[in-house]
Amino acid sequence: MSSEAKTLYDKIWDAHVVQEADDGTCLLYIDRHLVHEVTSPQAFEGLRMTGRKVHAPERTIAVPDHNVPTTLDRASGIIENEDSRIQLNALDVNAREFGVHYYPVNDVRQGIVHIVGPEQGWTLPGMTVVCGDSHTATHGAFGSLAHGIGTSEVEHVLATQTLIQKKSKNMKVEITGQLRPGVTAKDITLSVIGKTGTAGGTGYVIEYCGEAIRALSMEGRMTVCNMAIEGGARAGLIAPDETTFAYVNGRPHAPKGAQWEAALTWWRTLFSDDDAHWDKVVTIKGEDIAPVVTWGTSPEDVLAITDVVPAPESFTGGKIEAAKRALEYMGLTAGQKLSDITIDTVFIGSCTNGRIEDLRAAAAILKGKKIKDGMRAMVVPGSGLVRAQAEEEGLADIFIEAGFEWRLAGCSMCLAMNPDQLAPGERCAATSNRNFEGRQGKGGRTHLMSPAMAAAAAVTGKLTDVRDMM
Amino acid sequence: MEKFEKLSGIAAPMALVNIDTDMIIPKQFLKTIKRSGLGVNLFDEMRYNDDGSEKPDFVLNKPAYRDAQVLVAGDNFGCGSSREHAPWALADFGIKVVISTSFADIFFNNCFKNGMLPIVMPQEVVDVLMSDAEKGANARMEIDLEKQTVTTSDGEVFNFEVDSFRKHCLLEGLDDIGLTLEKAAAIDTFEASAAQSRPWV
Ligand code: SF4
Repeated sequence: MSSEAKTLYDKIWDAHVVQEADDGTCLLYIDRHLVHEVTSPQAFEGLRMTGRKVHAPERTIAVPDHNVPTTLDRASGIIENEDSRIQLNALDVNAREFGVHYYPVNDVRQGIVHIVGPEQGWTLPGMTVVCGDSHTATHGAFGSLAHGIGTSEVEHVLATQTLIQKKSKNMKVEITGQLRPGVTAKDITLSVIGKTGTAGGTGYVIEYCGEAIRALSMEGRMTVCNMAIEGGARAGLIAPDETTFAYVNGRPHAPKGAQWEAALTWWRTLFSDDDAHWDKVVTIKGEDIAPVVTWGTSPEDVLAITDVVPAPESFTGGKIEAAKRALEYMGLTAGQKLSDITIDTVFIGSCTNGRIEDLRAAAAILKGKKIKDGMRAMVVPGSGLVRAQAEEEGLADIFIEAGFEWRLAGCSMCLAMNPDQLAPGERCAATSNRNFEGRQGKGGRTHLMSPAMAAAAAVTGKLTDVRDMM
Repeated sequence: MEKFEKLSGIAAPMALVNIDTDMIIPKQFLKTIKRSGLGVNLFDEMRYNDDGSEKPDFVLNKPAYRDAQVLVAGDNFGCGSSREHAPWALADFGIKVVISTSFADIFFNNCFKNGMLPIVMPQEVVDVLMSDAEKGANARMEIDLEKQTVTTSDGEVFNFEVDSFRKHCLLEGLDDIGLTLEKAAAIDTFEASAAQSRPWV
């Protein structure tokens, strides 16, 4: 290893250090700050109480997403839940008072913050991007250093446009070769977590690389990076390439003309040098990845759809107890075939899988089919623009004809802060990112999977190997 | 921010691994626009029945642990959502120290911003502290940040590591934002040079 060799993470980090203390604590400059209604009210209130301003409102983008109803009647402006209404109002007041960029509920560009940022060209390669939300890792798909922060840090960034940070270690996750038919970006990211565990990335920034990653679209790359946090990593990164530049080019806030050329010149230097040092390396063969689902209440509880529910005794340490608890919560027995598990609800959406490519993949399975009788199924597009495009491409009609509800954009049943919730014991095939106890509603049971797998489950009423329907 | 120097208090054992922030404070309590008052809903779904009555088996509902100030927990504590409501709820309940073999990154950060101390210890030590915590209300654990020690009720002493900058801020009760604003000139300089080198940002 030559001393000059750097990883992509090293390069972005170095370009953003304002000051470094002797103990390695750095003041890191933040290029983009995304804000939503749940984790920001206390931060804005803090500014008010101390008489501070937003340091760089032009770098700050606010959009409501977690609480917003996604039913069609929301256009009437009525939000029944009083607490939600207070939080949405607070964002509205704060965004206007502090003069930040803002996409209100009724703007067609509104949507999940991690979908809106890239869509509008706010997220660009080589940037530092933060948001008071753990899935900020999504933006790493552009080769930007992006991670979630708490509310105190939201206030810190609002007031100073910087964060106090120590550098993480470098981890490489390489997916070699090619994916088999029916296997998607979601299967990659779940399989990685299944292999490394939810704490496997703690203390690291992951760079995903390898042929199978290179072959992914930007949508797929966002899905992969989105769940870096579920693997415990501070951030996930993918080096920018022609796919990235093609996606960014022409977006409303992307550079234009001479600036575009200048940006490209720098962006093309953003890759890990061949002899860069890695603190940890994980390699998975693309050919070995199957369509997967989760069986438990941790995103690391991942198995191929052809597998059976594991026995708690097959684990070690504290995981034995956790697996027992998970099976009881999920209402499953060891040895049961995953493909025999019947479901009540299907949720397609979230910042993991609420983009146009995800809707296309699900619609391709659903075309000309109906969902199982009695099934509740909904599609919640990640943004108003995704929704509009899906309507233009005829995808909305496919969903509606199959029996899905076609909703407005928001986080919806990913975390069930709005009225979209599971009832106790209700079992859901979900394209979101967390299967924690109660995540989609108290007592609700969540199985995570790809959009195509969720669509297949909607048709058969059970967890289903999508390859049987292709 | 409140200072943290020393604490002598009851420690509650929660051996479960991967305790996530959804468990610590479920989303229905995130609709607040305040930082305070979340303690009653700490671990809500594990702590209360549907009718609002307490589940007597849950550790913090047991008489011995109702005033716990320390939590000894399983691996990967605080994983999941970035919600700072999790440390707010713990602190509001009265818990100022969490000890585990590992913590999720964002939760770990969030603790320090709220005058709380997360302590990472190796598995052998967590095992000893877990047994100590299981002794209930008569066993008080002592945490000394200056000396970086945890002392069990039997007088056994364990050292822990803590980042020097974070230790300083906790001991002095320093506000990060105030500290950073003192560096405004350096931030201005950085912005001016970035405007030259990366004008498109
Ligand atoms: S879609 Fe789900 S994971 Fe993504 S930001 Fe919204 S609540 Fe968080």
